[in-house]
Amino acid sequence: MADQQVSASILSDPALQLGAFEPMKSELRVQTLTRPSLSYWQDAWQRLKANKRAILSLYIIIAMLLFTLLGPMVWRVDPAEQDLLQVSSAPGAERSAIIVAPYSAWGILEAPKSADMQSNQAPAHSDTLAPSEAANITGLQLAETATTQQVRLEWQSMAGAADFAVYRNLVKPTGPGTFGLPLGTTGSGEVRRYEDLLDLRPGRFFYSVVAMDTTGGELPQSITLQVKVVNAITLEEAADRQLIKPGETRELGSQVNFALHPMGTDYLGRDMLARLMQGARVSLFIGIAAPVLFVLFGIVYGSVAGFIGGRADQLMMRFADFVVALPFLLFMILFKIAFGIGPGESGIIPLIVAMVILLWPATARLVRGQILQVREEAYVNAARLLGAKTGYLVLRHMIPNTMGVILVTLTFAIPSAIFTEAFLSFIGMGVAAPTASWGSMSNDGIKSMLTHPHELFFPALMISITVLAFNLLGDGLRDALDAKMRSRE
Amino acid sequence: MLSYTLKRLIQGLITVWFIATATFLAMHAVPGDPLSGAKAMTPEIRQNLEEKYGLDKPMSEQYLIYMGNLARGDLGISFTQKNREVNDIIREHFPVSATLGIMAVVFAGLGGTLFGALTALYRNKWPDTVIMIVVILGISVPSFVFAAFAQLAMVKINGAIGFSLLPVAGWGSVSHIIMPALVLGLGTMAYLTRLMRSSMLEIISSDYIRTANAKGLPPTRIFLKHEMRNAVMPVVTVLGPAIAAITTGSFVVELVFAIPGLGRYFVQAVQQLDYTVIMGTTVFFGAFLVLMVILVDLLYGFIDPRVRVS
Amino acid sequence: MTALSMASGSTALKAGVDAESRTITVSIDTEPPQLDGSMTADSISAFVLGHVMEGLLRKDENNQLVAGVADRWDITESGATFWIRKDAFWSDGKPVTAHDFVFAWRKVVDPASASEYANIMSPILNADKINSGKIPVATLGVQAVGDRELRVQFVKPVPYFDQLMAFNIFYPIREDFFNSTNGRYASSADTLLYNGPFKMTKWVHGAHIRMEKNPLYWDRDIVEVSAIDIPYFTTDPSARINLFRDRQIALTPIAQENLEEAQLLGWNIKSFVDGTVYYIEFNHRDGRITKNRNFRKALQYALNSKIEVNKVIKIPGYRPGKSLFPIWLDGANDKLRKEYPAIEFIHDQAKAREYLEAAKKELGLKTIPPIMLLSGDSPLSNKVAEYYQDTLKRQLGLEVRIDSQIFKQRLAKMLAGDFDIVMTGWGPDYADPLTFGDLFMAGNVNNRGNYSSAAYDRQVRIAQNSTDPVIRAAAFGMLQQIIFDDAVILPEYERAQLYTVDPKITGVVRRVIGADPDFTYVKFAEE
Repeated sequence: MADQQVSASILSDPALQLGAFEPMKSELRVQTLTRPSLSYWQDAWQRLKANKRAILSLYIIIAMLLFTLLGPMVWRVDPAEQDLLQVSSAPGAERSAIIVAPYSAWGILEAPKSADMQSNQAPAHSDTLAPSEAANITGLQLAETATTQQVRLEWQSMAGAADFAVYRNLVKPTGPGTFGLPLGTTGSGEVRRYEDLLDLRPGRFFYSVVAMDTTGGELPQSITLQVKVVNAITLEEAADRQLIKPGETRELGSQVNFALHPMGTDYLGRDMLARLMQGARVSLFIGIAAPVLFVLFGIVYGSVAGFIGGRADQLMMRFADFVVALPFLLFMILFKIAFGIGPGESGIIPLIVAMVILLWPATARLVRGQILQVREEAYVNAARLLGAKTGYLVLRHMIPNTMGVILVTLTFAIPSAIFTEAFLSFIGMGVAAPTASWGSMSNDGIKSMLTHPHELFFPALMISITVLAFNLLGDGLRDALDAKMRSRE
Repeated sequence: MLSYTLKRLIQGLITVWFIATATFLAMHAVPGDPLSGAKAMTPEIRQNLEEKYGLDKPMSEQYLIYMGNLARGDLGISFTQKNREVNDIIREHFPVSATLGIMAVVFAGLGGTLFGALTALYRNKWPDTVIMIVVILGISVPSFVFAAFAQLAMVKINGAIGFSLLPVAGWGSVSHIIMPALVLGLGTMAYLTRLMRSSMLEIISSDYIRTANAKGLPPTRIFLKHEMRNAVMPVVTVLGPAIAAITTGSFVVELVFAIPGLGRYFVQAVQQLDYTVIMGTTVFFGAFLVLMVILVDLLYGFIDPRVRVS
Repeated sequence: MTALSMASGSTALKAGVDAESRTITVSIDTEPPQLDGSMTADSISAFVLGHVMEGLLRKDENNQLVAGVADRWDITESGATFWIRKDAFWSDGKPVTAHDFVFAWRKVVDPASASEYANIMSPILNADKINSGKIPVATLGVQAVGDRELRVQFVKPVPYFDQLMAFNIFYPIREDFFNSTNGRYASSADTLLYNGPFKMTKWVHGAHIRMEKNPLYWDRDIVEVSAIDIPYFTTDPSARINLFRDRQIALTPIAQENLEEAQLLGWNIKSFVDGTVYYIEFNHRDGRITKNRNFRKALQYALNSKIEVNKVIKIPGYRPGKSLFPIWLDGANDKLRKEYPAIEFIHDQAKAREYLEAAKKELGLKTIPPIMLLSGDSPLSNKVAEYYQDTLKRQLGLEVRIDSQIFKQRLAKMLAGDFDIVMTGWGPDYADPLTFGDLFMAGNVNNRGNYSSAAYDRQVRIAQNSTDPVIRAAAFGMLQQIIFDDAVILPEYERAQLYTVDPKITGVVRRVIGADPDFTYVKFAEE
């Protein structure tokens, strides 16, 4: 009805007379393209480029690779070189040191300066005095400058003391039981000097000497001394570390600076930055190669199982269950022996192979699940009706639609692989000492997390940055590759 | 449905048998044995011990004896804890690990689905960024670091407020479960968040959701009935094995929080080469895992009607 | 839920020290592997057994040997006699008799028991023959004369026999009770009988142990503690420290990384030399570079244990290794190391290189092939191994490969002699230098490097056969000298443990051998 009404009003328009129209010339008009034709991949690449976060992550990854490959050429420090004078030093730690003579055993103790009043006392007098009533220990002083090479203390003897215990504290003691670290005892009441060599660091410390009785119990007499310890280094050691030019000599007591370690040193005095660079190679290689390989295998396995279905699917999935249930550690040990890795050799390839063999089932199961869903979609049936073969269907239609899940798994597998490598290096697989890897550096850094956080922080930071970069990239890739997003951006 | 379940159970039994055999062979192939100790033994004492435990018999005989016992449900006596039967060990410690594991998975599952959905809905806005950062931290920092930090934090908090808000370690009450379950579930939660997000993003942009929106359905209904239900499939796939993995991987958390679970035995048994405990825990977990997978497969069919497997 | 009720009662956030109820709460490393005293000597089991049971003799709060179940004893060259006190009772009220010791000791040597520590009974007549299955168990050289007298016959004089009596292998077991448990002896708190200061009232495996004061113990008046509660089973050092910080346990070892904090918190840090010696052991088998004495001497002069302890290990209390014999061993009249001080020498790089060149010439090698270092199984030993690797490379140009293995694989390698150098240690079985001295005797199963020297064996035999403390001390002194001259091993360190105790209690005893830590003598601080 509406049509008739419209045509009636049009036909009655005076402009629309029969002679008002002329036939058009026929033209062959090819469909003009408004923009260049893009293939799936070109389109994906364009969209990826437009995604700022993905580009950022690409830059991070490139920076990481440069760090790994070119870093050691710029920062030429041996990652395995130990420096026991700079153990666990934080970045920015005190670097100046004074030159001292090489360590020599402490000489004989001279007779005490003040003629002991005690030694002049009649023996009977000191016998009748109970040890706890005797006069306190006196004269605690440094025998020489306190340096990180040694701290030498001496004090006056005390009647009734069978032994002396020496303590060191970071804070001032407030009474018995708060003296701090028990460094040791002198061994007898006659010995009234002590040399401290234990883990000496620059700074201010409180040394205490406590008298002990014959049964090894502590007496109330004690004395405390505040000591400032300075960094020290011998001429030979300085020359060894190239802090002074060869042949150059310096006076004792003059200053020299320790080598700079921009990221500090680890528990054996090795440069963190150099170790991070070395570790990058190992961790990135294992962390990328292994996941890529086992995810790839998982994709193939899972899609075949999911697509074929039926008995074959059941069999394949049961085999996957079997692999997952095997005790990981036990089989890793087995692989280590099977691959014949010798002691102290780096077994990186066997490690990757072993990880691939044991870790593919999770991906396979995920992919299979996705395939099962996608298999029933309308377009799959349509494609099949059009004559598409199985392989084409799987590759061209199904897998791109499972990309999301695959990418997530991949990006999660990376830190997992890094930490698994760290865990396994403790059974002798993976890298051998002294080669570093980020995972093993993190492991070692945990122990001193509270006192020297930089040992954990830097490798963990590296791992986090890598993971972040791959995650963002994964996100971007998924957005780019997802055909349904095409018209949305 | 019933015949399918039955078929799967039989398959499961065969799988477990394969697992047991492979583990048995691997165990004996590795150098070392349960009897050796830091202090060496004289040959006579060693001989006595081997006879007592039947380790002097040929391997095939040991295998048959073990399988025979296994069929009867007898998992033997532990080599390291000399007076405990492996059955008792599992019976007494598995419930602890299971409780911890289930709480962790519930936490991970709920948190993962929720956060994943949120990041998908608010894509590229601030909730997405914040959650992303937390997720990155969650997977790039190993669990033992979290456990140590969490425990330290509890100590400081308890010290600051003057009484024990949450116990620092130990087991036995509901308050003992909270911290360990949180730490344990963190890694899995991060993974599930990402999975869910990726899955959701695909669903949201799909045609039937567009249709539903166009039809004018209330957003909550679209969210729950359509988006969630479809997006949750990968999460479900992962959940089954995740439960199994969490219960075995709870080793670190059990150590740090002094929890009497089974995870510790699992790892220590391999280190001590305690044959019976290795076999017992592996077989038990294998069976548990297989059961979980069967449940998940059944759940698939329930959630996604298109996937009713024949 | 059974899972939760497991270890129930442990949850009430208790204090580590509860002065009102006189209860102490502590943590334990693992579930005790074996509470049948005749079968085990591991430290966890010894800790529990040392509190709930008692042997003929015991160690007091000053680690001195004093009367236990026996109130009189007499040790001669040919044997020993012990008289059981009248008031020694089992926790079920029946008296402890000499028969209980006979039954227990026979059980130890019985080959059917397959006790790992049967060879500690070797000094007793016929013990070794019985254990090899050659003669019946009843021929063991121990008899009960009536209920209250125990007689023992020796194979040869044993100067340290009294020390052994405090060891859990020699604890009594009552025969009728043992039989009544039907093969489940020591599997739960009910299947054990107690005669010590405490009795076990609760044992939830792997989760909770509770020991309460034993009202029938003959010396109960000195025991102030009413209960020792153990609801935490963990080996994690920071878990323990956190529990202590949170005031949940009364004692905790302090790890190196927590030392700074311990000082800042004002904790009373104590050091305890735990009696073990760690050393580098060489492989003296044919075909190994380390068989060459010059090579070993080169390493001896290159590796300085003082640096190792002070700069690498950095734990106060660890003593730089100087001798196989630790500092706490007794000599004839004074400590062994005072009568026979360890050999002092200067670590001289030049001399080390000289020795290395001599070794190369003797072996006919231009360069030494890579050395295999089998490292220990503690996190500390990996650190030390890396330090060795670097030092030997820098000083001697040697390539050292670190073979890191887990426990069992490492043991297998040691047994097979598959190493050049191994980092290992030894803890004493009894308080006499012989437990260290006989380690490198030819044929000793713990002589992993297969060292063999007639001179060494001769000195060991002197120490084994003599009862004169002066002669024995001299023999040990000689052994110390041989070890240095021949570089049999390189002592690394004597281990120590740092720990702290809740200030509300005193009298916690640390022992090298026996129940460690021992809470029997604890006193609560006055309010």
